[in-house]
Amino acid sequence: MKKPQLETRHDEARYISYIVGFVLSVAATLLAYFFVVNHVWPKEMLIYVVLGIAVVQLIIQAVFFLHIGRGSQLKFVTFVFAILIILIVVVGSIWIMNNLDYTMMQMSPDQMQVYMHQNEGI
Amino acid sequence: MKNVIEEAAVQQKKTLGFWIYLMTDLVLFASLFATFAVLRGQTFGGPSGHDLFNMPFVLLETMILLTSSFTAGLAILGSNRGYKKQTIFWLFVTFALGAAFLTLELTEFSHLVSEGDGWQRSAFLSSFFTLVGTHGLHIAIGLLWLAVMIIRLIRFKFKQTDLNRLALFALFWHFLDVVWIFIFSIVYLIGGMA
Repeated sequence: MKKPQLETRHDEARYISYIVGFVLSVAATLLAYFFVVNHVWPKEMLIYVVLGIAVVQLIIQAVFFLHIGRGSQLKFVTFVFAILIILIVVVGSIWIMNNLDYTMMQMSPDQMQVYMHQNEGI
Repeated sequence: MKNVIEEAAVQQKKTLGFWIYLMTDLVLFASLFATFAVLRGQTFGGPSGHDLFNMPFVLLETMILLTSSFTAGLAILGSNRGYKKQTIFWLFVTFALGAAFLTLELTEFSHLVSEGDGWQRSAFLSSFFTLVGTHGLHIAIGLLWLAVMIIRLIRFKFKQTDLNRLALFALFWHFLDVVWIFIFSIVYLIGGMA
C-alpha cells in the first residue's frame, strides 16, 4: 500500500517543478528579447548569445516540463540520439551551403556558366 | 491488482512510442530550420526579416504559448490528484491560449500575404512560411485533439484511458512549446536583426 502523505509530498514537488520551469522560461525569453531589441552587443556575438539562451531554455523545459531522466531510460537515449541527428543535419547544411556560397562568390556570371558546364553532373 | 500493473506497463510502452514519434517530428523541424538558416539571406530584392517582423507582437505570441504549456502541466497535475473541475478548467485555459496563439499567427500570415510578401516572394519567405506554418499546423491539430479530449473527459467521467491520452497530449504540447522557442530565437530574434 502507498502512504498518502508521501504521494502528496511528491505532488507538491511537481507543482514547484512546473512553476520554477515556467518562471525560468519566461525570464530567459525576456532576457533574449531585451538583448536583441537594445542591441547590447555587436551582431555576431548577439547571435551566439541568443542561441545559447535558446539551448538553456531547451534544457529548462526538458527537465521541468518534459521530465527527461524520469521514467524510461530509453526516453533519454532517443532524445540524445535525436539531438545528434539534428546537429548533423543543421550544422552540416549550414556549413556546406556557406562553403558553396563562398566558392561561387568569387566568379562572375560568365565564369559561373563555364564552371557549371565543366562540372555538369556533380 | 495484476491488471493494474499490466495496464501501467502498456501505458509506459505507449508513452515511449509517442516519445519516439516526437523525436522524429523534431528531426522534421530540424530539416526545416536548416533550410531556413541557409535561405535566410536570399530575399531576391524583397524585404528581409528586419523589415517584416514586429517584435513586440512575436513576444506576445511567445508568452501566450509558454503560458499555455504551463497550464497544460497544471491540468496534468490536477488530473493526477483526481481534481476533475480543476483539470477541465486548466484544459479550457490551455485551449483558449492555444487558439489565441493560432489566431495571432494567422493574422501575421494574412498581413504578410496581403502586403505582397507571401511565400512566392522570395526563397527566404518560402522557408519562413514552411517552418512557421508547419508549427502552426501542429498547433491546430493539437487544438483539435484537445477539444476532443475535453469532450471525452466530461462525457465519460475521467476514464483511465482518457487520462492516459491526456498525459500524451501534455507531452505533445510541451514539445511544440520547445520548438517555438527555437523559432522565436532563430527566425525572429536572429532573423530579424538588421
